[in-house]
Amino acid sequence: MEMTLNWYLTLSSVLFITGTLGFLFRRNIIVMLMSIELMLNAVNLTLVALSQAAADTAGQILVFFVIAVAAAEAAVGLAIVIAVFRGRQTIDISKIKSFRY
Amino acid sequence: MAGQILFFALAVTAIAAGVGVVWSRSPINSALWLILNLFCIAGLYLTLNAQFIAVIQILVYAGAIMVLFLFVIMLLNLSEMPSVTRFTIARLFGFFLVMGVLALLTYAVAAGLDVLPERIVPAAAAVSGSPSTLARSLFTEYALPFEIIGILLLAATVGAVIIAKRKPV
Repeated sequence: MEMTLNWYLTLSSVLFITGTLGFLFRRNIIVMLMSIELMLNAVNLTLVALSQAAADTAGQILVFFVIAVAAAEAAVGLAIVIAVFRGRQTIDISKIKSFRY
Repeated sequence: MAGQILFFALAVTAIAAGVGVVWSRSPINSALWLILNLFCIAGLYLTLNAQFIAVIQILVYAGAIMVLFLFVIMLLNLSEMPSVTRFTIARLFGFFLVMGVLALLTYAVAAGLDVLPERIVPAAAAVSGSPSTLARSLFTEYALPFEIIGILLLAATVGAVIIAKRKPV
C-alpha cells in the first residue's frame, strides 16, 4: 500500500510542478488559467489516492467540491479575460499593467 | 502486471500532456493537451476505484470547462496567435507509440529497482467510489456544503455574465 501511494503522490507532484512552471513562465492569461487547472487536477489526484489509502470517502467528497469550485473559477476567470481583452485588445500579461501598482 | 502497466501508461501520458499544455505555442494546442491530460487522470481515478469522480471529471472538466476555454480562445480571435500544428494520423500514432515505449521503460526500470506499485485496490476494496456510496454521505453528512456549493455556482454564473458584459474600462 505504501509503495502504491508513493507512486500516485510522485505523479501528482510532477503534474503540480508542471502547472506551477506554466503559471510562472507563460504570459498568455488563458494558458495561465489552464496551468491552474493542471495544478487543481494534481491536488485532486492526491486527494483520491489518499482517500483510497485511508479507506475514507471524505477525500472523494472533497474532490467533488474542488471540481465545482474549479468550474466557478474558470467561469469568472474567463469572464475577466474577456473584459480585459475588450478594453485592451491583448491578453499578454506583461502588457496589462493597471493591476500592478 | 496489466494494472501496473496501465498505471504507467496513464501516468506517462498525463505527464507528457501536462508538459504539452505548458510548452505549446498556441492556446488551442494547450487546451487540447489539457483535455488529454484530464482523460488520463480520469483513467487514474478508475484505477483508484473512484468511478463517480472519474465520470464527473470527464463531464465537468473535459466537457464543460474545456469547452468554455476553447470558446473563449476562439471568441477572442487573437491576431498574433500562431497557427495550430498540423494534426495528422502519423503524429497521433507516433505520440501513442512513444508513450507506450516510455511506459514500458518506466515499468522495466521500476521492476529492476524492485519498487513496482502493488495492487492498488485490495481485493476487498477499502472504499467504493460508486455514486450510491458518495451520494449517501453527500446528502446526509455533507448536505450543507452541497447547498453552499450550489449557491456559489449560481453566484459565479451571475458574476461571469456581469463582468463579461460590462463596458470596457
